[in-house]
Amino acid sequence: MKEIISYAHIKHNQVSVNGEVVFQSNSSLTLIEFLSEAYKNLGASYPKFHKMDAQCKLGFLCAEFALKGTNFLTENNLSKTAIVLSNCASSLETDRVHQHSIDDKSNYFPSPAVFVYTLPNITIGELAIKHKITGENAFFVSEQLDADLLVNYTETLFQGNTKAAIVGWVEVDGANFEAFIFLTENTENINKSSIFKPLNKTSVITIYNQTIWTH
Amino acid sequence: MDALIEKLKGQIIEQLNLAEVKPEEIKPDSPLFGEGLGLDSIDALELIVLLEKHYGIKIQDPKDGKTIFQSLRTMAEYIKSQGKS
Amino acid sequence: MSQRVYITGLGMISAIGNNVSESFLSLSQSKTGIGKINHLTTRYKDEFLAGEIKLSNADLVDLVKDNNPALNRNSYIAMLAAKEAVINSGIDTNDGLRTGVISSTTVAGMGKTELYYKELFEKDDHLDVLDTHDCGDSTERIADYLGNVDYVTTISTACSSAANAIMLGCRMIKHGQLDRVVVGGVDALSKFTFNGFNTLMILDREWCKPFDENRKGLNLGEAAAFLVIEGENALNLRKGKALAEVVGYANANDAYHQTASSPEGYGATLAITQALAMSGLAQSQIDYINMHGTGTPNNDLSESMATKAVFGNQVPKFSSTKAFTGHTLAAAASIEAVISVLSLQNSMIFPNLNFTTPIAEMNLIPETQLVNTPLNTILSNSFGFGGNCSSLIFKKA
Repeated sequence: MKEIISYAHIKHNQVSVNGEVVFQSNSSLTLIEFLSEAYKNLGASYPKFHKMDAQCKLGFLCAEFALKGTNFLTENNLSKTAIVLSNCASSLETDRVHQHSIDDKSNYFPSPAVFVYTLPNITIGELAIKHKITGENAFFVSEQLDADLLVNYTETLFQGNTKAAIVGWVEVDGANFEAFIFLTENTENINKSSIFKPLNKTSVITIYNQTIWTH
Repeated sequence: MDALIEKLKGQIIEQLNLAEVKPEEIKPDSPLFGEGLGLDSIDALELIVLLEKHYGIKIQDPKDGKTIFQSLRTMAEYIKSQGKS
Repeated sequence: MSQRVYITGLGMISAIGNNVSESFLSLSQSKTGIGKINHLTTRYKDEFLAGEIKLSNADLVDLVKDNNPALNRNSYIAMLAAKEAVINSGIDTNDGLRTGVISSTTVAGMGKTELYYKELFEKDDHLDVLDTHDCGDSTERIADYLGNVDYVTTISTACSSAANAIMLGCRMIKHGQLDRVVVGGVDALSKFTFNGFNTLMILDREWCKPFDENRKGLNLGEAAAFLVIEGENALNLRKGKALAEVVGYANANDAYHQTASSPEGYGATLAITQALAMSGLAQSQIDYINMHGTGTPNNDLSESMATKAVFGNQVPKFSSTKAFTGHTLAAAASIEAVISVLSLQNSMIFPNLNFTTPIAEMNLIPETQLVNTPLNTILSNSFGFGGNCSSLIFKKA
């Protein structure tokens, strides 16, 4: 039985978990300010968070919110847990910061800590580092959330060694940002909770559209 | 020397995004790497950028960082030795 | 049972040649493509060497025969290599079978975007450049160039990207979603990349020396390489010829650091072990390893540790071919897949150039001269930032 066991969605300066808005901040906050507030709300202590670029922070928080209250990390073998993420802009936001720094001839100090984030799959790396997840991972670049691609690919992984997966979309492009992450398992246990949904395209589209955003 | 160490504390916190660290928590003789601040190889490279940006000191071989960045004091001593404080 | 997947076409363009036969000539003559920078405009022009493709953008336009002003170097080289692979395989994308294009890139159109970066804030003269900036664009261009493609997707997982494109292609064929796929990767050089790798202080100012005790870092390169992979059903249907079989693949995360590999090569060990398990081959049945071997102190030590962890004291013959091409990032795994197939076809191990002294604590010695020896199986490793580790195993067809 392949099921989606939990999901989180972040946009419009709000965080929703399993369809319910659980945190929101003033819509006038910038992305970085909002992420910092959401981090405090999560109550986590992970100093590395502050070193991440916006996209990693966003993906990290979205995954943490989806994981919170689940047994996903303790019940699954983390060497058989996959991470599959996607977006449209790749690492554009941090690419801009790096490009600015190398264009500035009078103040030329490009930062290694910025450059390391100029790859979209570093977001996957941050999740893997935090939770010691060593399963398979892939990052796809597509024009918009492609439920078909994500579900098909995860299904394919489930036919191999993979038993569980963290799957979704993490996009930052200027002021526009959105993260949507679901946790899925290939498990014997069925219908543990009313939240659980079978892993298929319809489920993904349904849960993606489920949240009623308040602003 | 003490003034330079104090100045370095602030610069390090800013350069390395150590948002949860207060200046007084960085002791002049405690190791910067390993346990404690949780710094890694990228932080070492950022410290090299810090030296160039604030003190005009260029380091070509990242291995040199190992001795220079042992502690705040070794870092300050290195800056002094370059005549750049 | 799912069907077997064969490699039936090769295409590549890199510093060692503009096509597969030129590349083979350079490889078999131990002739590196890494040298002074000629085409890229960068403050590091005289400071670093690079594996540049020897053609200017104007030369590329002539070859591609498409002077669409929106195209960039990334797309040109991708289109050329993909076309070469398709022609080499003899497939006809109009024959009613399902063809996919799975490409990969990290910098995409950056090389062109950065030329107009400042100007774009001030005026709208070059907005068309932005249309070609995204990672997915060169993949779409390849698909258009080949014609009649049923499925297109783009992967971006740093320096293991093309290995993951090959893996995905194999899986889609095995699961009956496609009949054949043009798989590979592309990355053209850009200022963005040079400046970035320089901040990480992992660029060697001289020729890179993979697996050498005194290695200082990598040389950047640019390339596009594509392979046509086909399911055995489609191949039999058209009575095509297989060049090699893909018998094993695996991907794992090192879960250690954003860019650095773990000292013990944990993710690499997982990837190699799992690829071997899938192939059903014993360690002793691997005839040669085409290593990731970038020449950075960190990668080569970590990869050596992983190699020892998997193969113990019976490490197969190995070399890194990065000292020929430079590190071509997203294209590296497909460049090395093409090179691996050339090794299988020609019974040749291409040398690990610039090596003199083994890493003290490892004592692993790569092949430093061209070796003529029958080869049946090759393991090829590709590891990327973000902890992404992939291993592929190819078998003589």
